[in-house]
Amino acid sequence: MLDNDTISRILYVDLTKRRIWTEERADLFDEYIGGSGVGIRLLQEECPEGADPLGPENPIILTVGPLTGLFPLASKTTAFFKSPHTGNLGESHSGGRSATSIRLAGYGAMVIRGVSETPVYISIHDNEAFIRDASALWGMHSSFTVGRIIRDYEPGAGIRTIMRIGIAGEKKISYACVSMESYRHFGRLGLGAVFGSKKLKAIVISGRHSIPVANKKEYLKVYDNIFQAAMEKPTKKYRELGTSENILPLNELGGLPTRNLRQAKFESAHRISGEKFAEDYLGRRVACSHCPVGCIHLAALRQPYRDEPYFYKTSMIPYDYEPIYALGPMLGISEIPDLLKLLEIIEAYGMDCMSTGVILAWATEAMEKRLISTKETMGIKLLWGDYKCYIDAVENIIEQPNDFYKALTKGVDYSAKIYGGDDFALAFGGNEMPGYHTGPAAHAGFLAGARHSHLDNAGYSIDQKTIINESISSQELAKMLLKEEQWRQILSSLVVCFFARGIYTPEIVLDALRMTGFDLSIDELNLVGRKILTEKNKFKFREGFNPEELRIPKRILETISPTGYLEEEYIKDTVKAFMDAVMLEPESAIPKIV
Amino acid sequence: MKRLSILDNEKCVGCQSCMFACARRTGQGGLAESRIGIRSEGGIEHGFVVVVCRACEQPQCCKVCPTDALVPKKGGGVSFHPDRCIGCELCVKACPIGAVFWDDEIKKPMICIACGYCVKYCPCSVIALEEIPERAVVEVENA
Repeated sequence: MLDNDTISRILYVDLTKRRIWTEERADLFDEYIGGSGVGIRLLQEECPEGADPLGPENPIILTVGPLTGLFPLASKTTAFFKSPHTGNLGESHSGGRSATSIRLAGYGAMVIRGVSETPVYISIHDNEAFIRDASALWGMHSSFTVGRIIRDYEPGAGIRTIMRIGIAGEKKISYACVSMESYRHFGRLGLGAVFGSKKLKAIVISGRHSIPVANKKEYLKVYDNIFQAAMEKPTKKYRELGTSENILPLNELGGLPTRNLRQAKFESAHRISGEKFAEDYLGRRVACSHCPVGCIHLAALRQPYRDEPYFYKTSMIPYDYEPIYALGPMLGISEIPDLLKLLEIIEAYGMDCMSTGVILAWATEAMEKRLISTKETMGIKLLWGDYKCYIDAVENIIEQPNDFYKALTKGVDYSAKIYGGDDFALAFGGNEMPGYHTGPAAHAGFLAGARHSHLDNAGYSIDQKTIINESISSQELAKMLLKEEQWRQILSSLVVCFFARGIYTPEIVLDALRMTGFDLSIDELNLVGRKILTEKNKFKFREGFNPEELRIPKRILETISPTGYLEEEYIKDTVKAFMDAVMLEPESAIPKIV
Repeated sequence: MKRLSILDNEKCVGCQSCMFACARRTGQGGLAESRIGIRSEGGIEHGFVVVVCRACEQPQCCKVCPTDALVPKKGGGVSFHPDRCIGCELCVKACPIGAVFWDDEIKKPMICIACGYCVKYCPCSVIALEEIPERAVVEVENA
């Protein structure tokens, strides 16, 4: 790390004491680089054992990396907290302008402690930071509106991020998200509820500092290499159709969870495909700051008002593979406008659309199986494909008029414990399922991954590239998952977007890091990755994680995957092998893994 | 005479690669030295605007400069003489486009010099370096 780089400066905000200060923490950044690495270490420092995720002792930690603001696609902010959704490690990544704004305001990380008595938002512009009154914003349902107001009220247009919560965060729904720049999110694991518990409605950060480099000439060269690569083939699909390009191939393969995974093929996939979205609804493509790929796709939905002729509104709604999966096939919704109307309200209220879709899918099946009735749903008949009933249900999740909807605010695991149906409650480690029923690697990956996310170790990719062609031992699979998850710790510590994983090869990473004063060998880099993964799992075990208690929903064994029917024992063995290996001492583990 | 032209701001995805490129000319990262700005047009749903010097024939920034630190360049655009600048920031206020950027470290204006470095990094062909016809130097009236 270079001496005059502000990456190691951490901004602390104590909402209880209303104090703001900075601390120099070169020790942390030298050893753990930034992003996830520094994030997990700060979480260990800040979050006491057994902390209430919605109590004042649960911190919010936001970190960026040394490459942010220097190289393209190093544009993610990683958030660390104890998850109110799983009661364990909370880690979520988001882009927009969040990372460049934090970095160019002169910070490598932010730590928010305590809880405010009254609603507030935090305002940071370069070296000035304030805790501002948000009483006028509190109670506002739509996260879009909160953004719009702060946008007009605060400086920094073009070089700022506005992170905010909707009503779901205020109401501490355990899968509430934090939105920024309208269309990006800390989506998973409930950071929005943690904001809400602190009476923190928003954070606005702007800055336009410079960042030093070790060697100017070399910097321009390394930059151009990365930029060129970013404009070439590996990112083409993200640029053109976006992640929703995956709908058709996954459906073709038979790995697209449909109607609560009673099927893995959706008969109407062609009606909600990325191609169909682009043809009929793509209204604009946008990018995160310092990312020439621009994968963000916004649908333009024109809707008439029913009570007034010739009155229309046009909404811009972001879509991606996962929201389409969770609110389309998973709920049997086959019309794009229906799907968008449901997505729009979930976006506005600030809920994680993946968790919401999976919870509604479980509730629909639970109603079919008569585990619940219209008594619980207060008259709403949940029917596959009927977006209106789902919008009504979302309204009730927000309003929580009875115990059933109160249960739904805590996720599918919790709801199934009360109402039954855990065989088809599709959560892994407490986190609702992503859109991949590709084979055993995907599911073992959700279970073993530090965040119980498909992005932890991309098991779905191993299914499609390897297991679909040849069977491998559970030991071998565990090794592959671990290797990928370990490498992803490096990427997320540099806060490089996972879509750029094909660009940021180990050699490129080392070159780029050298420009920021990190002189590492590939072995040293791998060791850092391994250490971070171990630290994350240490935190999880400290907080009561027990891999033997991981629930495998029977449903994933009943519905055929592209690799055939899944065997529970094989998945269990894989998770066990993964967990045994991950807790080995990093130094001894490294030569065996790489 | 060259100037930076905006071909179609509706194609801008807001990646800000041009802003980072402009700053990078000086061999550093970040945005402190950037002379081009991309911001949303009142919310990202409405797209983006590109803020950069359009090399006016009668630059308003020059008209208000009390020390002739900013003077119209032959053929269009402006030249900056840092030795004459007193850091009054009037030029920033005078430009209705917002294309006079401010170097906070040395308290001096920064204006696009039409070098075209940013153009190479625009992934969507929003900006281009364009040849404009030679124009007579305009006598600037002191306001």
